[in-house]
Amino acid sequence: MVTAIKERTTVEVTVQSKSEFQPENILTVNNLEVFYGEKRAVNGISMIVEKNAVTALIGPSGCGKSTFLRSINRMNDLIPGASAKGEIVYEGLNILSDDINVVALRKEIGMVFQKPNPFPKSIYENITHALKFAGIKKKSLLDEIVEESLKKAALWDEVKDRLDKSAYSLSGGQQQRLCIARTIAMKPTVILLDEPSSALDPISNAKIEDLIVKLKKDYSIMIVTHNMQQASRVSDKTAFFLSGDLIEYDHTEKIFTNPSVKKTEEYISGRFG
Amino acid sequence: MKSKTADRIATAVFVVIAIMITAILAGLFFYIFIKGFKYISFDFLTSPSSNVRAGGGIRDQLFNSFYVLFITMLITVPIGAGGGIYMAEYAKPGKVTDFIRTCIEVLSSLPSIVIGMFGLLVFVNTTGWGYTILGGALALTVFNLPTMVRTTEDALRAVPRDLKEASLALGVTHWHTIKTVMLPAAFPSILTGAILAAGRVFGEAAALLFTAGLSTPRLDYSNWNPFSEQSPLNIFRPAETLAVHIWSVNTQGLIPDVEAVSSGSAAVLVISILIFNLAARLLGSFIHKRVTATK
Repeated sequence: MVTAIKERTTVEVTVQSKSEFQPENILTVNNLEVFYGEKRAVNGISMIVEKNAVTALIGPSGCGKSTFLRSINRMNDLIPGASAKGEIVYEGLNILSDDINVVALRKEIGMVFQKPNPFPKSIYENITHALKFAGIKKKSLLDEIVEESLKKAALWDEVKDRLDKSAYSLSGGQQQRLCIARTIAMKPTVILLDEPSSALDPISNAKIEDLIVKLKKDYSIMIVTHNMQQASRVSDKTAFFLSGDLIEYDHTEKIFTNPSVKKTEEYISGRFG
Repeated sequence: MKSKTADRIATAVFVVIAIMITAILAGLFFYIFIKGFKYISFDFLTSPSSNVRAGGGIRDQLFNSFYVLFITMLITVPIGAGGGIYMAEYAKPGKVTDFIRTCIEVLSSLPSIVIGMFGLLVFVNTTGWGYTILGGALALTVFNLPTMVRTTEDALRAVPRDLKEASLALGVTHWHTIKTVMLPAAFPSILTGAILAAGRVFGEAAALLFTAGLSTPRLDYSNWNPFSEQSPLNIFRPAETLAVHIWSVNTQGLIPDVEAVSSGSAAVLVISILIFNLAARLLGSFIHKRVTATK
């Protein structure tokens, strides 16, 4: 897997050498700065993201948490004028480096967006779209992956009889689980969730939360959320962002019961934001 | 009370303007249609035109119009779509892109007679082909390309950014995303735009006067060899289209029934363009339904 990303890469990892790499960590962020043109949206943050855990990013709108999330799989490359400095180390490679194969990177670090965004194709094709591009052509194998990923996304029972129907015929919550399923189908190691249930009703929201907790067995998950309850229910660690700074990063329980920074407490208790 | 009156007056003014526009359009259409419809017959559509005697038809002109259009679209659509994809997806904002955009805008506002003169210079004289269908089609391509580029660009820009991001976030390359997600989503609008552009080309005369010429050789419709002089499919033969025919019989026609031929031709032309427009709408909405929701 790593070799695919590496193929055109000669990266020197200055801070974290391979031998020091802790097996339970999946990402190491060193002094990350992100700019939109001249404006700095993320002011040099450093954090270590644990493997097979759920890491929640919270903070008021415009605090840089989504920007941070989008730099992890280089989605910010799409925004004209966006640039990043510092390091995000994944499997010993700095993924912000120019010679990273972004396409291979995104297969390993998948992303689910705020608004469900299925393709205007059938449920089946939504999942096979990227698989076919990755070179899987065998029908039986595709069938198998479709079933497996829909089961993992807790959607299989609801759609197994209508895989050839348009994905637009699904409800918002089902569409979002389909989006998670097609991300899982690529067998990523990290899944980035950008407010995945903010556009959904409470019942769909609960289903997505259950799913996130189940998925961390196989994947490392990072979730941006505006919903404090959601962060406290699903995550193991929580990072609080404010105006582009990482204010506090600790175990979720600690953050929500006994934060060490006053700003964190104020935000969590709803005094601003 | 006063502002209410002003509001009423404004509403009335805009309603009157809307009625005026509709009335002019409907009046024009019915005038051409009523005046020309009585001359349209099977015989009129299927017999060759005559230079001196009455009773000539428009068979060759009608065929030429469609054939020139076909060749034009064959050249325009791939180049125009490619340009549109470049402008929407690859061009980085900056001076070069702005310059390209200005070029496209200038090109689209060039008078068609000027494009005709340019065609005469390049596609007729420089190439040494003389008046040919290919020369006419190339001149029309110059005329049509900006529309096609803009149509494709606008259609791709209208595709929700969500869809593009979804595909890219799954580790699919930009080009494959354009090919399999964005172009299918943009296809109905591109098709509609292409057909509307085709309607414009179909009625174009000035750009063809000096490029495809004012005459048509004697055609043999059973001869399908595209290299034969008499074959209608030969792209290196001169071809007078319907729109050019209307102009030429009115300005230099020797036939006694100029009125009948030009009115009939005008009606056929307008009906054809009307069919293009209707087809564009119907096909566009039909395909839109097919590719999006209900299946």
